[in-house]
Amino acid sequence: MKRMDLRDYSSLPQENLRKIQRRIVFLLIVIGIGFCGILVRSWTLQINEGSFYQEQSENNRIREVFIQPRRGRIYDRNGNILVNNVPGFTLYLIPEDVKDHDYVIHKVSEVLGFPNEEIVKKIDQRQSSPYLPVKIRDGLTLKEVALFEEDQLNLAGLKIEVEYQRNYVFGRTASHVLGYVSEINEKQMESSVYDNLPPGTLIGQYGIEKRYDQYLRGEPGEKGIEVDALGHEIKILNVREPEGSKDLYLTIDLATQQAAEQGLGEEAGAIVAMEPETGDILAMTSHPAFDPQALSERISQKEWDLLLKDPFKPLNNRAIQGTYPPGSVFKILMSIAALEANKLDPQQGVSCQGALPFGKRVFRDWKRGGHGIVDLHRSLVESCDVYFYKLGEELGIDLIADEAHRFGLGHATGIDLPSEKEGIIPSTEWKLKTRNEQWFPGETLSVSIGQGYVNFTPLQAAYMMSQVANGGYRYKPRLLKETYDRQNERKETFPPVLLESHEISSRTLKIVREALRGVVHEPHGTAGGAKSEFFETAGKTGTAQVIAAKAGVGGNLNSKTLPKLLQDHAWFVAYAPYDHPKIVVAVLVEHGGHGGSTAAPLAKKVFEAYLNKPKEGGEQTLKKS
Amino acid sequence: MFDRRLITKFDWKFLLIVFGILFLSVLSLYSVSLHKEQVKSALYLKQIYWIIIAFGAFFIAMVIDYHTISRFAYLIYGVMVLLLLLVMLFGRVGLGAQRWLSLGPFSFQPSEFAKLGILLVLAKYFSENAQGSGFRMSQLAFPLVLLGIPFMLVLKQPDLGTGLSLSFIFISMLFLVGFRSKSLIFVGLIFLMFLPFLWNFFWHHLKSYQKERLLTFLNPTNDPSGTGYHIIQSKIAIGSGGLFGKGLLGGTQSQLKFLPEGHTDFIFAVFAEEWGFIGILILLVLFGLLLLWGVDVAFKAKDALGTFLAVGVIGMIGFNVMINISMTLGMMPVVGVPLPLMSYGGTAMVTTMAALGILMNVKIRRFMLFY
Repeated sequence: MKRMDLRDYSSLPQENLRKIQRRIVFLLIVIGIGFCGILVRSWTLQINEGSFYQEQSENNRIREVFIQPRRGRIYDRNGNILVNNVPGFTLYLIPEDVKDHDYVIHKVSEVLGFPNEEIVKKIDQRQSSPYLPVKIRDGLTLKEVALFEEDQLNLAGLKIEVEYQRNYVFGRTASHVLGYVSEINEKQMESSVYDNLPPGTLIGQYGIEKRYDQYLRGEPGEKGIEVDALGHEIKILNVREPEGSKDLYLTIDLATQQAAEQGLGEEAGAIVAMEPETGDILAMTSHPAFDPQALSERISQKEWDLLLKDPFKPLNNRAIQGTYPPGSVFKILMSIAALEANKLDPQQGVSCQGALPFGKRVFRDWKRGGHGIVDLHRSLVESCDVYFYKLGEELGIDLIADEAHRFGLGHATGIDLPSEKEGIIPSTEWKLKTRNEQWFPGETLSVSIGQGYVNFTPLQAAYMMSQVANGGYRYKPRLLKETYDRQNERKETFPPVLLESHEISSRTLKIVREALRGVVHEPHGTAGGAKSEFFETAGKTGTAQVIAAKAGVGGNLNSKTLPKLLQDHAWFVAYAPYDHPKIVVAVLVEHGGHGGSTAAPLAKKVFEAYLNKPKEGGEQTLKKS
Repeated sequence: MFDRRLITKFDWKFLLIVFGILFLSVLSLYSVSLHKEQVKSALYLKQIYWIIIAFGAFFIAMVIDYHTISRFAYLIYGVMVLLLLLVMLFGRVGLGAQRWLSLGPFSFQPSEFAKLGILLVLAKYFSENAQGSGFRMSQLAFPLVLLGIPFMLVLKQPDLGTGLSLSFIFISMLFLVGFRSKSLIFVGLIFLMFLPFLWNFFWHHLKSYQKERLLTFLNPTNDPSGTGYHIIQSKIAIGSGGLFGKGLLGGTQSQLKFLPEGHTDFIFAVFAEEWGFIGILILLVLFGLLLLWGVDVAFKAKDALGTFLAVGVIGMIGFNVMINISMTLGMMPVVGVPLPLMSYGGTAMVTTMAALGILMNVKIRRFMLFY
């Protein structure tokens, strides 16, 4: 076939030229169709769906940002600061700005001890745009900040911001009362209690921080800001200021609290001190304690698991969640029940030979050989078991239970802390309901000396003693005295709450109180260790058995030869000054042996710290931990 | 060498159209770069410098007779392939792809120049071998190889966008030469037979981000913060422009940097947000006029070489405009094709203006007798 020369069209027939032109037009049509498609699509996006995209673009650039009010501070009753906020460092990562992913992730994991996957997971969970900062961790130490800063040239995409963080001024002091805060978790976000809280909000997770979270947290404000894609604030469009969070003034007295903590030292147990006339909790300590600072600064899952699995349960507030048999402390209630029911002549002597045969069993006294002839006063002072076995037999379990209920025992006191335990006041009805068994009279004897089924919390012991001290008034134990709205300079004071008052005759009170004073001040009293040179004290020791042997058939065990974990719990519940009670203290030392030797001296320390402290406004030297 | 009479043939309408588009480009870039703390603050100024340089290239491409240029087509093509190989060996990596060659302070993308090389070499081959009755398969083999070499090289970088642009030039010229229906069927069959293989090769040579882009295109909301982010933000920018747009500097999407690559591949979105549907209409009319002007040049070209060159340039510009805008509108996967005369970028600007220079070259010489 002859090749056609197209190099020059001048010789080309018109028809061929037209063919070429047709093909060019065809190409143009294809491109034209493309252009039409573009126009149609643009019309769809801009005109038909314009308002939708308009809204989308507004949402893009206008962000509603929550403004966290600075969390309220917590003070003790005298205005000593316990919890405040201090500026701290938070590490953010902006995925889009990261140049060298591997290096940055390696560095973060190296400095903060995060596993790599955890960081990657955090970045993957980011919301909206890759330009928004992802919070990696708050509460960086200065050293960590320095490590990031010195290498910042290689760490594009990492940003350290200064934000307020919770600071527990006295470390572990009163940790079970104060609690701790941490970021709201997914489950909590779904709860109606935390309605509309933005992610990342710090909320109270324990103790007062949790109970009064709403006061402390306040209502977050909102700010409409225009941001660029990097999340940088360009301008503020509107602001709704956060509703002021409130500072809390607790009933806690720092000096008393510290005395209680030092007294308990490394022993496991709890001490509760309260004002009998108001229900104010002056001190509440539980040991082992936890470090609220560490928990508020995001501990690792591993550390958290260790805390949860710790056999000594540091997260347990023993003062309100530890239920123990009250031991001889229960004899106070036994005495009042018998006197009020007119079933007892306090002067009448009872012979104690160190044991009481009952049916097929023998119920022993803690004192081998017994106490001889004792009346009510002596039996309380020396804590004679046989006297109270007989008294229990006389009264019967239900009368004992009724009196205990009058004192509010067997129910939560209603203290303003989460997760208070109720304790158990057994009765025939209780046993039928809970165990579907009938009550045996022998069981009444155990309960009479505070063993067997009966148990209560150290708080309930203090609560009971408060009513002995104030003559039968049940004030709700409380930790919150006052709130202060800093923004509006408004103070709100909460008056004590009288739940109920039950008549205790003055005769009964006199008899029992004198005996309780004897426990501390008389020669054979079990709590000589609580005696102070400054004031008179009235109290009662108790020994709660860990292994049921002595009250049963097993006979006496020499507790001193037992391993620590099998030794009895030591109780001491008391008030002071005797003639005008200002403070009630309940001490429980786990496996502490005898209340008289272990618990009573601790109570003395607490009394002295509270009653001898300088007048308010005077010089106070407080040791920060 | 340069006949001054040619000046009289210079088409000022063309200049008006090109300046129109360039003006819109600078305006949009001004808008993008106005954002405070913007590192590229002088973006629009730089673009102006590039435009000046590009006009130099336009002038050179216009004044040297296109027949003379065509004589060196294979040499130019060879140099271009060499440059692409150099990129593979010593190229600077940017955005996960190896595209840049640095010469001292000056770095450029050889893949952009590849378009010119392909344009020249294909126009030369087709015009010399064109026949009235269309092409046979055997005759298509050589131009396919010519296309294939740079195509594979840019795909390696990987630069899917330029690979496509090169194909457009080839396809546009195919329109012109036509080929026999038997050949068409044959090519179709061969293509179908090798499709799985081609797809495999293609898929394997894509970097993971490109695969993601393709998958994202199918469902942008699947990963709104990752790859889909571009498409979604681009659609928001364009859609929120409405009929009249948000006005100069009013484009929040681009002003606030929600739109990544707002100065390069997504400049159309920036423009559409600020000027709305009316703006799009104006821009498309300008491009349309430019293409029509090109078609006019092709129609009136003195010879086949002129026609092929003109058609190649039309195809190159027309398809790039189509693909880029479709991409920003979410009608196509994001492949990284710049918008001719609009996107920021020196090499692309110089290449496009040089191509337009060749078009003008063909136009002003249509009445000349040069043999």
